[in-house]
Amino acid sequence: MNWVWFHKLASPPSAYVFATRLRPWLFWVSIVMMLWSGWQALFVVPMDYQQKDAFRIAYVHVPAASLSLMVYSMMAIAAAIGLIWRMKLAHAVAAACAIPGTILTVLALVTGSLWGKPMWGAYWVWDARLTSELILLFLYLGYMALRASFDDISRADRASAILAIVGIVNVPIVKFSVVWWNSLHQGQTLSIFSESKMDASMITPLLVMMLAFLMFFGAALCDGLRAEILRRERNASWLSELNQ
Amino acid sequence: MTPAARSTLNPFKLAAVVLQRELRLAMRRWDQVLQPLIFFIVIVTLFPLATNPELSELRRIAPGILWVAAMLASLLAADGLFRPDVEDGTMEQWVLSGQPLSWLLLVKSFAHWLLTGLPLVLVAPAVAISLGVNAGSGVIMLALALGSGVLTLLGAVGAALTVGLRRGNMLMALVVLPLEMPVLIFGAQAVQSAIRLESAIGIINLLGAILLLSIILTPFAMSAAIRVSIE
Repeated sequence: MNWVWFHKLASPPSAYVFATRLRPWLFWVSIVMMLWSGWQALFVVPMDYQQKDAFRIAYVHVPAASLSLMVYSMMAIAAAIGLIWRMKLAHAVAAACAIPGTILTVLALVTGSLWGKPMWGAYWVWDARLTSELILLFLYLGYMALRASFDDISRADRASAILAIVGIVNVPIVKFSVVWWNSLHQGQTLSIFSESKMDASMITPLLVMMLAFLMFFGAALCDGLRAEILRRERNASWLSELNQ
Repeated sequence: MTPAARSTLNPFKLAAVVLQRELRLAMRRWDQVLQPLIFFIVIVTLFPLATNPELSELRRIAPGILWVAAMLASLLAADGLFRPDVEDGTMEQWVLSGQPLSWLLLVKSFAHWLLTGLPLVLVAPAVAISLGVNAGSGVIMLALALGSGVLTLLGAVGAALTVGLRRGNMLMALVVLPLEMPVLIFGAQAVQSAIRLESAIGIINLLGAILLLSIILTPFAMSAAIRVSIE
């Protein structure tokens, strides 16, 4: 297999150009998909027989929560790649994951507590799923705080990479908390490999919404990555050539 | 440096040397060894003052008090784990010595646990009695012994990450406490079941598993972090 394209992409100038080109596609396609599935979720999808209209918040909550875990995993993997192969761009990707990941985690927690009020009668319960998601938020915040406290960017990269890798132990805890503990949070209803415990008319908009969130995150990542590259390469000659 | 001097020593001999050094240094600074222990007792004392001092009330929240106090004490102690060695250049010599750094740091963490974790374990039954918990001191000590081992190792990772920073105290708490939360949950559960005279064997096993996993994995994180911090 020819890996030249990969090495080319891993260099800051081509990554910068690639991210610039990719971003509008991801952004606009995700907006269109969000509008469609948002309309479906609010007006077309039938009411849940048990949760009535309240379940509709799932169309924001589920994508945000699942993506918050995925983004953390991605951040840790990118950090590990950067640490092991000393690839600067991987560190930049990890750094760019932190803010979108934090926002997604907050979104999952907020929508979850809004959903919890009518269902459980409380905005917040100290339950395994909720608590581990909160710990995920603290991990993101600790990661960003550690990054910010180093003046030297390469040291910040490596120190925060170690933290991101250590923190990944929390990801399976969040994911399987509804299985391992007797949680108030409902179990897994959506499944790719086996039949989901949801009606098909409800699933399609949800899957589209998840894909839309993923692409929106991709667009945000492109922006973050470009900002990181600009910060790191501010004195590089290719940047001034690019601007001419 | 000759090639002979570069070759690694017998790891157990190496461990004995490091352990001896750490303990000897600690003997000369008894006050610092006692600080986490006193801190632990002071934190526990705060709870009856701040909440209801009825023993029946305290017994309900005793597991949480014990574990939060132990966590804070270990966090406070971990801050000074690598700082003196990094400041006087010892750590640099360790990195350059050609000996496996992760092993040296693991042994150092073990010595640190002997000096700061073990005293907490030993006084825990007495502290538990002061909170109205009269039963299950064996389970409390065992859970605290296993759990404080994990706390020491995670604290060591945090200390290694922040040792190069001028003011790393608050940052270290922010970085380490979220990672320590699972230990807090299981440790407090173990104490809770000891109070209720239920079997805590499952939770103790789980704490032991977490400790073993930490022993295997954290030394690599520590040595990587030390290498970043001292450059």
